[in-house]
Amino acid sequence: MTPRSGLAWLAGLAVVGAGIALAGLRVNPYVYFAGYVILQYVVIATAWNILGGYAGYVNFGTPAFFAMGAYTAVFLIQSLRAPLPVLILAGGLVAALLGLGIGYLTLRLRGVFFSIATLALSVVLQTVIINWEYVGGSRGLSVIRPSGPPFGSYVTFLFTVMVGLAVLSVMVARFIERSWIGRGLAALRDNEEAAECMGVPTLRLKLFATTISGFLLGVAGAPFPYYVTFVEPNSAFALDYAVNALAMPMIGGTTSWAGPVIGAVLLGTAQQLATVTISSEMNLFIVGVVLVAFVVLAPEGILGLVRRLRGR
Amino acid sequence: MVAGLLLGGFYAAVSLGVSLIFGLLDIANIAQPAFVILGSYAAYVMNDALGLDPILTGLLLTPLFYGLGALVYRVYYASFERRGEESLRGLVFFFGILFIMEVSLSLTFGVDYRLVQTAYTSKSIDLGGVGIAFRYLVPCLVGIAMTAGLYLFLGRTFYGRAIMAVSQDQLALRLMGANPVQIKTIAFGVGIAAASLAGALLISIAPVIPSTDRDYIGRMFAITVLGGMGSIGGTLVAAVVLGVAESLMATFFGPSWSLAVSFGILLLALAVRPAGLFGR
Repeated sequence: MTPRSGLAWLAGLAVVGAGIALAGLRVNPYVYFAGYVILQYVVIATAWNILGGYAGYVNFGTPAFFAMGAYTAVFLIQSLRAPLPVLILAGGLVAALLGLGIGYLTLRLRGVFFSIATLALSVVLQTVIINWEYVGGSRGLSVIRPSGPPFGSYVTFLFTVMVGLAVLSVMVARFIERSWIGRGLAALRDNEEAAECMGVPTLRLKLFATTISGFLLGVAGAPFPYYVTFVEPNSAFALDYAVNALAMPMIGGTTSWAGPVIGAVLLGTAQQLATVTISSEMNLFIVGVVLVAFVVLAPEGILGLVRRLRGR
Repeated sequence: MVAGLLLGGFYAAVSLGVSLIFGLLDIANIAQPAFVILGSYAAYVMNDALGLDPILTGLLLTPLFYGLGALVYRVYYASFERRGEESLRGLVFFFGILFIMEVSLSLTFGVDYRLVQTAYTSKSIDLGGVGIAFRYLVPCLVGIAMTAGLYLFLGRTFYGRAIMAVSQDQLALRLMGANPVQIKTIAFGVGIAAASLAGALLISIAPVIPSTDRDYIGRMFAITVLGGMGSIGGTLVAAVVLGVAESLMATFFGPSWSLAVSFGILLLALAVRPAGLFGR
């Protein structure tokens, strides 16, 4: 273990510790509610960025993976009343399988066509869920939280779990970025044919990226049923996830693990404030405007701006 | 089955813009359905305030939409195409535009369903035992007329041929003394102008809410890809295929599955034959 990665581990542990301490403070419960959503977006943005930022494949189907995690959890709660860690792992695995599937799609589809295909996938899956009565169909399903969380109230417990998941996903992204995998993905992002010719195993790398990205998105979705306690297809497959998942890394900067985190924290907080003070319609509007402003004016995101300022 | 055929004519009208902009210009304008919905609301407002026929409104507003389209293309060109990083960032750009337009509409008009009633919408004619409702027949006929009009425009006029040329070889066009950016601006404007009319048709067929655009993303792109990326005749054929497939699906499995048809066909078309039925 190099000193730098040792430091990163320490930082990760410190964040988890701070999360647990915050959960113990018992401030206004809304803080945990909002904090959960922001952390959930940290996981989603980081996961999206592994495929979208490192490999350059823009995924519009984020809701599909998120909902796969959520609905796997619903199914396991319905049939086995499985405990939360099992739900998270299973949700992640199912979404990872879906990710592997779209990985094979990249064999034929590149660029814009890949993006449109992922969007289509999301809608098809939503239709399937709507017509599947066991998990609630179009009417949705109430989920009862298990009584007696290990500590605190259930919301603070979920908040702590999400802190852990966010740290985990950022660690994974950071590891990928700094290993040969990250360099391989960057190579295929810049020029896939050239990378293949230079001996970069592009297919295996793409499959790896889609699978990991899918896994983390599913992990983000798995605790969702317990968080909202009422799951219905429109909220689980909300297009908000798709636009946020790409807006957050775009705002922060897509080439580094810090970008999605910065974007998710900034935009997630702004949205929470807008929802409370103005309206929930307004928060999507903000995302749209900020997204367009950033791709037009600052395509490298906040990290790119900072780098440019430093360079001068 | 007849309903599906009629629906197909209407879908052709909706998809022509994407066929032109995405198929020929290779610009992934995923915001096109939002422009269609904007057209729908324009038709609604004009009908509500002045009692204008929606299709007339759609026709009258085409210059306005043309200007809007030209403006959007100029912004797109200046910020992406000129820097040579168009496809992915451009896609994200249009995705953002889609959201801005959708939310603006729902902030202005709320999320209630809106519908325009005209003198002919409730009438129908009887053709050999099959009743055909005018509210489907008229949009279908207009859709076919639009298809024919665009076909003639592309094949017979100077600017139309220039658009075909720009989709094949920009450098050659520049050597011939024409400006590809100008030609593309025109094509993009025409594509958005088509959305004005398509939106007017949409609101006279079925009630519209701001988020209706999401249902049409799949339909438009499925039809464009299936029709062979920019082939105008192919667009009409693919639209009819999709219309029939959707109405059969709705009859046999229930309407909740019909949306899966378009996206399923799109997914299949992309995975199996990206060049479409009538590929270039």
